[in-house]
Amino acid sequence: MKKAHMITIDGNQAAASIAHLTNEVIAIYPITPASPMGEWADEWSSRGQPNLWGTVPHIIEMQSEAGAAGAIHGALQAGSLATTFTASQGLLLMIPNMYKIAGELTPTVFHIAARSLACQALSIFGDHSDVMSVRMTGFAMLSSNSPQEVQDMALIAQAATLESRIPLLHFFDGFRTSHELQKINEIDQDTIRAMLSQEAIQGHRQRALSPDHPVVRGTSQNPDVYFQGRESVNPFYEKMPSIVQTCMDRFAELTGRQYKLFEYLGDTNPERLIILMGSGAEATQETVEYLQSEGESVGMIKVRLYRPFDASALLDAIPASVKKIVVLDRTKEPGADGEPLYKDIVTALAQHCCSEANKFASMPVVMGGRYGLSSKEFTPGMIKSIFDELAKDKPKNHFTIGIHDDLSNTSLEWDKQFRTDANNEHFQAMFYGLGSDGTVSANKNSIKIIGEATDLYTQGYFVYDSKKSGAVTVSHLRFGPNPIRSTYLISDNDANFIACHQPVFLERYNMLDNAADEAVFLLNSSHAPDKVWDDLPKHMQEQIIAKRIKLYTIDAYTVAEQSGMGKRINTIMQTCFFAISGILPREDAIQAIKDAVEKTYGKKGQRIVDFNFKAIDAALGALHEVRIPDKATSKRLIPPPVPDNAPDFVKQVTGRIISGQGDDIPVSLMPFDGTYPTGTAAIEKRNLALEMPVWEMDLCTDCGKCPLVCPHAAIRSKIFPEELTQKAPSTFKHRTTRGKEFPAGTHIAYQVAPEDCTGCGLCVEICPIRDKSNASRKALNMAPQPALRASERDNWNFFLTLPEYDRILLKNTTIKGSMIMQPLFEFSGACVGCGETPYVKLASQLFGDRMLVANATGCSSIYGGNLPTTPWCKNADGRGPAWNNSLFEDNAEFGLGMRLAVEKQHEYACELLKELRPQLEDKLVDALLDGDESSEAGIAEQRARIEQLKQKLNKLSSPQANDLMQLADMLSRKSVWIIGGDGWAYDIGYGGVDHVLASGYNVNILVLDTEVYSNTGGQASKATPRGAVAKFATGGKACGKKDLALLAMEYENVYVAHVAYGAKDIQTLRAFHEAEAHDGPSLIIAYSPCIAHGVDLSFNHRQQEMAVKSGHWPLFRFDPTRIKQGKNPLHLDSAAPSMPYEDFIKTETRFSMLWRSHPDDADRFLKQAQNEVQHRYQYYKQLSEIEWDEQTKPSAAKLTTKINPQLENE
Amino acid sequence: MVDLSTEYMGLKLAHPIVPSASPISRELDKAKQLEDAGAPALVMHSLFEEEIQSEAEHFSRFLVEQGIGHAEANSFHPEPIEFKNELDNYLEQLQKLKQSLSIPIIASLNGISMDGWVEHGKELQAAGADALELNVYYIPTNIFESSQYVEDRYVELLTELRRHVSIPITMKLSSQFSSVAHMVKQLENAGANGVVLFNRFYQPDIDLETLHIKPRLEYSSSIESLLRIRWVAILYGQVKLSLAVTGGVHGGKEVVKALMAGADVAHVCSEILGKGPQRISQIRDELAAWLEEHEYESVQQIKGSVSYKNAIDAGYYERANYLSVLDSYTHAPGVWR
Repeated sequence: MKKAHMITIDGNQAAASIAHLTNEVIAIYPITPASPMGEWADEWSSRGQPNLWGTVPHIIEMQSEAGAAGAIHGALQAGSLATTFTASQGLLLMIPNMYKIAGELTPTVFHIAARSLACQALSIFGDHSDVMSVRMTGFAMLSSNSPQEVQDMALIAQAATLESRIPLLHFFDGFRTSHELQKINEIDQDTIRAMLSQEAIQGHRQRALSPDHPVVRGTSQNPDVYFQGRESVNPFYEKMPSIVQTCMDRFAELTGRQYKLFEYLGDTNPERLIILMGSGAEATQETVEYLQSEGESVGMIKVRLYRPFDASALLDAIPASVKKIVVLDRTKEPGADGEPLYKDIVTALAQHCCSEANKFASMPVVMGGRYGLSSKEFTPGMIKSIFDELAKDKPKNHFTIGIHDDLSNTSLEWDKQFRTDANNEHFQAMFYGLGSDGTVSANKNSIKIIGEATDLYTQGYFVYDSKKSGAVTVSHLRFGPNPIRSTYLISDNDANFIACHQPVFLERYNMLDNAADEAVFLLNSSHAPDKVWDDLPKHMQEQIIAKRIKLYTIDAYTVAEQSGMGKRINTIMQTCFFAISGILPREDAIQAIKDAVEKTYGKKGQRIVDFNFKAIDAALGALHEVRIPDKATSKRLIPPPVPDNAPDFVKQVTGRIISGQGDDIPVSLMPFDGTYPTGTAAIEKRNLALEMPVWEMDLCTDCGKCPLVCPHAAIRSKIFPEELTQKAPSTFKHRTTRGKEFPAGTHIAYQVAPEDCTGCGLCVEICPIRDKSNASRKALNMAPQPALRASERDNWNFFLTLPEYDRILLKNTTIKGSMIMQPLFEFSGACVGCGETPYVKLASQLFGDRMLVANATGCSSIYGGNLPTTPWCKNADGRGPAWNNSLFEDNAEFGLGMRLAVEKQHEYACELLKELRPQLEDKLVDALLDGDESSEAGIAEQRARIEQLKQKLNKLSSPQANDLMQLADMLSRKSVWIIGGDGWAYDIGYGGVDHVLASGYNVNILVLDTEVYSNTGGQASKATPRGAVAKFATGGKACGKKDLALLAMEYENVYVAHVAYGAKDIQTLRAFHEAEAHDGPSLIIAYSPCIAHGVDLSFNHRQQEMAVKSGHWPLFRFDPTRIKQGKNPLHLDSAAPSMPYEDFIKTETRFSMLWRSHPDDADRFLKQAQNEVQHRYQYYKQLSEIEWDEQTKPSAAKLTTKINPQLENE
Repeated sequence: MVDLSTEYMGLKLAHPIVPSASPISRELDKAKQLEDAGAPALVMHSLFEEEIQSEAEHFSRFLVEQGIGHAEANSFHPEPIEFKNELDNYLEQLQKLKQSLSIPIIASLNGISMDGWVEHGKELQAAGADALELNVYYIPTNIFESSQYVEDRYVELLTELRRHVSIPITMKLSSQFSSVAHMVKQLENAGANGVVLFNRFYQPDIDLETLHIKPRLEYSSSIESLLRIRWVAILYGQVKLSLAVTGGVHGGKEVVKALMAGADVAHVCSEILGKGPQRISQIRDELAAWLEEHEYESVQQIKGSVSYKNAIDAGYYERANYLSVLDSYTHAPGVWR
C-alpha cells in the first residue's frame, strides 16, 4: 500500500478523473448537476491529457442524452471502452439504449449525479428518482456516498463491468456529493492498472463488431426464441455480485479502503436497523456511532450494489438480533405500496424467513420511509427520530421524514436541536455572499489551503438561490480532525464563524440564528467600526449579546477600491477569515492566500496579483473588532419578505420561501398539481442596483426605447389624463405627451421601479437624446440608487395606481406606442443586462393577454418559472400569459399540443354556437363566428360579444349551453408561443421544431439564440459560431453555425424572422407582429447577447449592432404570404456587411481567447467565417431579388445563386 | 562614394534612415522586406502598457471571476490551459525578428507607470532587444499637476528602468514641454542614450453624428518635420545623447535637413506605410545623391552643420523666426514691384 496523496476535489471531478483515465470514447451532453463531469473530461482531453494507456480519450458532445447513449452503444459495439455522464431526465432519455447495451452484455460505466425528475415541478437537486427509473434496464447499480467513495467506486465499477460484462450505473447524490468539496485520498495510476483486468479488456475488444471477423447482433426475434434469449443472461447476473465484491476486496488490498456490497455498521447485536444508500448513509453513520456511544442498540446498512440485488449478501449483513428495520428511499413512487429499496428488502427478508436458512427468531418488522427528495436536508435529528419511531410498538410505515405532511400525515416529527459529537468536533463556518462577488471561489480556495497546510479533514458545500442576477450564496465549510460525514448543512446555533460579505443581507436574513455561543461574526460594512453596532437590526444585537458573539468589521469595498481591486472583495474577506478564525497561523495563511493568487493570475496578470497583494495587506489593517454594548439599542427590524396586504397564499408560501423558511411549509399548503399564481416577482423586492436611471423629462422625446430594452421591465412608460396626478407624490415626474396622437391634457411618465432595477444601465445606453449643451447628459442618466430609493418607491407605487392606457388607442406598430403597453413579464431573476428577456417581455406586451407559453427548459424556464416568484403576470382584467415548461427536448411538440387544444376547443365552441343559434340572437352568433380579431379593437369587440354570449348562456340550461359556457372564451383568438434557447431549438428539440414547422399549425416559435447552452454554463450548441470558444469546444468550434432560418424557409408556410432588437428595434417589433398575425408556424430567431460571450452586458446593444454590421447576424423577414401576392417573400432588413468580421469578434472573449490560445486556428476560422458571412449575405440578397412563385424553395433558388466573384478570388 | 554610416546610441548603422514604430514589425515578412530594402535598424511596434493591463483585467473578469453564483453554472467560459498575452506575443515577435533579421531591433515600450516599464523593459532586454525606445504617452489633465511633477515623473521612470536594463534607452518625447531642452538634459543625466523628437499622438476627434470621441491618426506630412528639426538643432552640441527626428520625414531632403540640424537618425513611417518598404532605399539613394551632388563626404560631416550652434542665422531657431515666417509672405523692402 502506498502512502496516501491527499487532494481536494468534489464528487464530479472524482468520477470524471477515473472515467477519463479508463476510457477511450466519451459522449457527453450538459445537464445539471452532471455537466461538470463532461466539462472535466473535455478539458483534460483538449489539453492532451492521456488515459491509462497513453492515448487521449475522444470526447464528443451529442445533441441530447439519447444521442450520447446511442453513440456510446455504437462505440462499445465497435470495441472501445466508452462512457458517459448524466442525470435526471437525461438518464431517462438513455433508457432505450441502456436496455440494448445491457441486453448485449456490453461493459460500460455510466456515471450519474442522481437528481430529481421533473414531475409537478422541475428540480435540479439530488435524489434517486432518476436512477430508480432505470433499475429495470439490466444495468448493475452501484452507489457512492461521498466524494472519496465516488472516486473509489468509479474504479471498482470499471473493473467489475469489464469482468462481468454487465454494464454498470455508478451513481451519487446530485449536489450533495457531486458538488461537495472534500479532501480525499487520490488513487494513483498503478492502483488503477492493478484493478483492471487486461484479459477482460481484451475480451471486450475481441467481441467487437469487425468486418475482419464479422457477426451480426441486434437481430429481431420471434415468439419462438425471444423469451429464451432473455433468460440466457441469468448466469452473468448471478455472478456479478461476487465479481463486484472481489473487485472491492482487491481495491482494499491496494488502498486499505474496504467496501462491501451491503455494509453493516453499529452495535454487535442491534435491535433496530436503518438501511439506505447514498449520501444520507454518511449522516446515518455519524448518528449511529453517536447513539451507540450513548448506549443505544442500533445499526445501519449501507447499500452499495443495488442491482443485481444480492439478497444473500444482504441477509449476511443483517445481524440476527435485529427486530425492526427501516428502509429509506430517496425517491417516491406514487401509488406504490412502498418504494423500490424497501420492497426489495421486504422481499429478500420474506424469502429468507420462509426458507430453512432463516436466522431470525421472527421475521423483523420492516418499515419504509421517504427522505431527502430534491436535496431536502437529512440530519442526525431526523435519523434519531427514525430510530425512536422504530422503538415504538407500532412504528409508522410509509412515513416521510424531513417535511411536515399535515395532508396525509405521513411525516415523523424530529428534534431540530439534536446534535451528534461531530458538531463539537468540527470547526464550522458559514459565509453569506453574492453570486458575483467571488465568495464561493474564495471559500473553495480556503478549503484547499487548509487541506494542504494541515492534517484536518475538510468539507465545503455551497447553497445557491435560483436567481441569475443578485444571487445569494451561502457557503458551508467544515474542518475537523476526523473524516467528516456530516452530509447536511450547518444549522441553528452551530456555526463557529459567520461572515456576511454584503451589508444588504442584514435586512434580509437572520444570519446569527446559525451562530454558536462565542462564535465570530465578520461583517463587511461601510460604517466606521464605532458605528457598525448601530446599523445592526435589533434581533441581531440581541443574539450577539446573548451568544457572546465576537463582532469584527471591515469596509471591504473601500479597501478593494483603494487597492485597485474595484469591487472585488473576495480575497479581502478571505484574508479576514484567516486573520480571525485562528484555523491557521496568520502569517502562514496570508502567505498561502498570496500563493494562491499568484497561481491563479500568474505572470500574465502581474498587475492583478499586485492589486491583490495590496488588498490582502490592507485588509489586515482595516479589520476591527467592535466593542459590544450590554444592551440592544437598535430600532432597525428586518422587514417582512412580502407586504402585509399580500394574498394568504403569497404570505404563507411565497413569503416563507423568499425568507429562506421554505422547509417549514407544510404539505397541505402546497399546490398539489404544481399550479402557482402569476405575478409574484413584483412582491420580491431585491434591491440590487447601486445606480438607477433618472428621467430628464425636458429632454425626453417619448421614443419608448428604454422600456423596450430593459431586461427586467423596471422602467415603464404610461399615458394618463393629467387630473389623475393630483395626489401624486411631489417628486413624481410627468408632463404633457409629445406628438399629436394623444388628446390634450394627456400626460406621460417614465417611471423606474427602484427596488426591481438591477442597475445594468442599458436604458441609458440606448437613450438617443442628448443635452445640446452637455453631450454626456441624456434624457436618462444613472444616479446613485440609495438616495432615490424611498422617493422613487413611492413614485413607483403611485405609478402603478394609474390606469393602463386603452390598448385599442395605441399605435402598436411603433416603438413609442407599443411601449405604452403593459409588460406581462416583469422583474425576472435573469442576469443583469440579459439579452433574452427584452424579447420575452415584448411578446408579453403585444400579445400577453391572449398568450399560452410552452417554455423549453433552460435560462428562460429558470428566470421564467423558478420559485419562489414568477415574472409572468396579468393585467387589470385578470388576463395574462399562461405558462408551462414540459421538458427540454419536447417543447415544440408541447406547444403544438396547446395549439391543437385551442383549435379543437374553438371548433367545438363554434359547433355549439351554431347548434344553439335558435336560442341565441342570429346577429350575435354570426358576429362571434365571423369576428375579425386581426386588430386590438377586433379582439376587444369579440371579447365583449363573448361576455354577451355568457350572459345569454346563463339563462339557458341545456348541456350544450353548459359546454359552451365552459368554452366561450375559446371563441376569441389565442396566441401560442413556443419559447426556448438554441440548445433546445438547434439540438435536443430540433426534431420537434422541425416537425412543428412542417405541421402548418399556427404557433409562434421564439428562439432566444445565445449561441451556447447558457443555463448549464456555456457549452457549445449547433448555434455556436465557427471559431467561438465554448465548453466542449475549447479549441474553438470547428464547424459553422447551423442556418436554422434557411432550413425553416424550406417549408411551405413558415414565417421566419432574424432579429436583433439592439441593432434595429423597429424590425424586431414588425417581426413579432407579423409572426403572430401569420396563420401558420412562425419562427423568430432572436440574437441574445449573453454573459457566456465574455463581454460586459452593458455593451449588449453595441454587440448586437456589430453582429449585424459584420454580417454575423443579418436581419431579415421571410413572409410566405407574400408569395401568393406574387411577391418575393424574403425581405432583407440589414445592409451588406459594412465592418470586418474580425472587428466584431475581437470584442468578445469567446472569440478573442482563441487568438491567445490557438492563434493559427483563430486566423483560419476568421478567414472562413469572413467568407461565410459575405457569402451568406450575397445568397440571401439574391434570394430576396429573384422572381418567386409558389413552387420555388430556397434550396432550388440556391442553385441559381452565385458566390460573390470578389470572394472567389480570395 | 559618400559614407552614409551613422551611430545611434552606440549602434553602428549603415545609414540614418530608420523605420520607426509601426505595425510593419508585426509581420515577419514585411519586416524582412524592410531589411531587404536596406533599413539599417528597425523600431518595433509599441508594446502598450495599458493593453497588457486591460487584457489582464479582462481575463480576470471573464475567466477567473466569471461565476454568477448559480447552481447550474458557476462558469461560462472554459479557461485555456495556456495562452499568450500581448507581452508574450511581443516577446515572441521580438525573438523572431532577431532570428530572421541581422539589423539591430529597437523594442518600443509605450506606457506611463513604474511597474510596467521596469518589468517589461527587463523582459525585452532578455528577449534580445538591441535597444529600448520608451514612448511616454502621458496627458496631464489635472489642473493641479505641475509641469515639474510631470517632468519628474519621466525622469523617475527612466532612472528606475536604467537601474535594471543595460541596453541603450531612448526616450520618445512629446513636443509639449515648457522647456524641451532642459527636459532632454535631465533625461540625459538620468541615463538616457537618446531622444526621439517628437511623438505624433492619436488625436481625439468628435464624431458629429454620434457625438462620441474617436481617436484619429493620419499619415504625417513633410511640414511636420520642421518642428522636429528645430528642436534637434537646438539640442545639438548642448547634449551628448543621440538625437532622432521622427514625424514628417518623407524624402531625402528632410533627411538632409534633419542631419544638418544634428540628428543621428531620421525615422520614417507614414512614407513606408503609404508607399512601401522600397522607400527606405530610395530615400537613402536620395540622401546619397544629394550629398554627392553637394560634394559632402559623409553623413558624419553634415551632422549638426546647420544646428543652432553652427547655423549662419541661428537666431531663426529662436522666436525670431516666427517673424520671418510671416515676413516671407511680403516682399522685402526696397524691391521694386
